Amino acid sequence: MKFLFHFGRYLGLLGQAFQRPEKQSIYIRQILVEMEKLGLASVGIVAIISVFMGAVVAIQMAFNIDTPLIPRYTIGFVTRQSVILEFSPTIISLILAGKVGSRIASELGTMRVTEQIDALEIMGINPATYLILPKIVASMLINPFLIGMSMLLSVGGGWLAGMATGLFPTADYVNGIQSFFHLYDIFYAFIKTVVFAFLIASVSAYNGFYTKGGALEVGEASTNGVVYSSIAIIFVNLILTQILLA
Amino acid sequence: MIEGKNISKSFGDRLVLENVSVTMEKGKTNLIIGQSGMGKTVLLKCLVGLIKADQGQVFYDGRSFSKMSFNEMKEIRQEIGMLFQGGALFDSLNVEENVMFPLSMFTEQTLSQKLERANFCLSRVNLENANKLLPSELSGGMKKRVAIARAISMNPRYLFCDEPNSGLDPQTAHLIDELIKEITLEYNMTTLVVTHDMNSVLEIGEKIYFIYQGKIWWEGDKHNILYTENKELQDFVFTSELTKKLKPKKGFGV
Ligand SMILES: Nc1ncnc2c1ncn2[C@@H]1O[C@H](COP(=O)(O)OP(=O)(O)OP(=O)(O)O)[C@@H](O)[C@H]1O
Ligand SMILES: [Mg+2]
Repeated sequence: MKFLFHFGRYLGLLGQAFQRPEKQSIYIRQILVEMEKLGLASVGIVAIISVFMGAVVAIQMAFNIDTPLIPRYTIGFVTRQSVILEFSPTIISLILAGKVGSRIASELGTMRVTEQIDALEIMGINPATYLILPKIVASMLINPFLIGMSMLLSVGGGWLAGMATGLFPTADYVNGIQSFFHLYDIFYAFIKTVVFAFLIASVSAYNGFYTKGGALEVGEASTNGVVYSSIAIIFVNLILTQILLA
Repeated sequence: MIEGKNISKSFGDRLVLENVSVTMEKGKTNLIIGQSGMGKTVLLKCLVGLIKADQGQVFYDGRSFSKMSFNEMKEIRQEIGMLFQGGALFDSLNVEENVMFPLSMFTEQTLSQKLERANFCLSRVNLENANKLLPSELSGGMKKRVAIARAISMNPRYLFCDEPNSGLDPQTAHLIDELIKEITLEYNMTTLVVTHDMNSVLEIGEKIYFIYQGKIWWEGDKHNILYTENKELQDFVFTSELTKKLKPKKGFGV
């Protein structure tokens, strides 16, 4: 019941957000600003997590494949596949749900409780379009770059791990990451990334936009933004994987 | 002219406004006064459509606001300037950007034209040399003045001010009252001011509604408010030591 109420209101908000903007030039500028706030600001954390993630995946593979029946290049191959198919698009999107989602929800929540959203409305500006649309578009544009960067850095992280630990020869690893490459995998990963970006921005915006009360409720909205956009990602991930890999 | 007819609003089972009808006249400063928590802000928000009244209608110069679609409402709203009780400045924009914001959204003016207008509006609220400060760097009274400058930047036909001079020193408060009165006359605006400051009431109250327990308890103007026989209004008006001195003595006839 409650879910239906929120889902209906969420769709309603999206309907309001996807309207013709009052003034195109301002929206384009807003999108650029959001790309910087939401995207560039996340480069550091995405980079660090990706390198370590790739390293850990490669090391685990090396430990698990210690039979001579499986060729050594498998380590590189499996690392690349798990990173591209799942770790980068999903894990990094979850990280971004935490970072970007809380930011969006608390920004909108604060604007709501300090009547800034009412002020926009009174001026005759559609607050949903003005505030939410640029965030959604910016996320959908910038996240694929972040995830692409994450893929490269993760694979590189695996390579570094091999060099540092000596668990597997780097030549085999490099051979592995070049084997059996399907372009469709990249396509699949970026479809997921773009859908997740939409979910992060829209779900957390929804949580912020309808905040009622004061500072306490803004904190709550921010937490909810992260929780619900993460749940949405996990859930949609299952569906997309079914559809795209079927 | 703005008319509100039979407006009722409750939150849960708490009735805040009960069948309130008001007429805000053009070219005049219309006041809504009353104690804290009596529903002044709620009434104002019902009139501009930020709160949906349970019942009642609002007309802007005869145009029925309550029946409009979102897009039709947008047109009227571009003619509205509003000062929120808390200022509601955009935190991410500095002072001049806040004041220029409506101009950027709705006009094709060049940056220098917009700046000129912003500086003009800021000078009218006596706020110079603060252009580049962010809202978080302003004092409460400065925020209020920037918010007023933003409200008048588009030369609105309808001006709504929720407690324009609360939190201001008496001098600045007086200046703001004068400004509101002046521009209302100058541009023939329909102005509505919510206040509980007796100085403002006596200075700019060309039409006054006193709201009490969700109803319009009394209406009049700054000339007859001091002679009211209404018990609740007397309590409201003659609370401070200063206004007590203004109280007409019985028997001296008016
Ligand atoms: N969104 C809301 N939800 C529930 N109750 C509300 C809401 N807004 C206002 N109220 C209630 O309505 C009543 C009137 O509030 P309002 O803000 O209009 O008072 P006010 O006359 O403007 O007071 P003040 O002079 O202190 O600003 C208050 O009792 C308040 O608790
Ligand atoms: Mg109020």
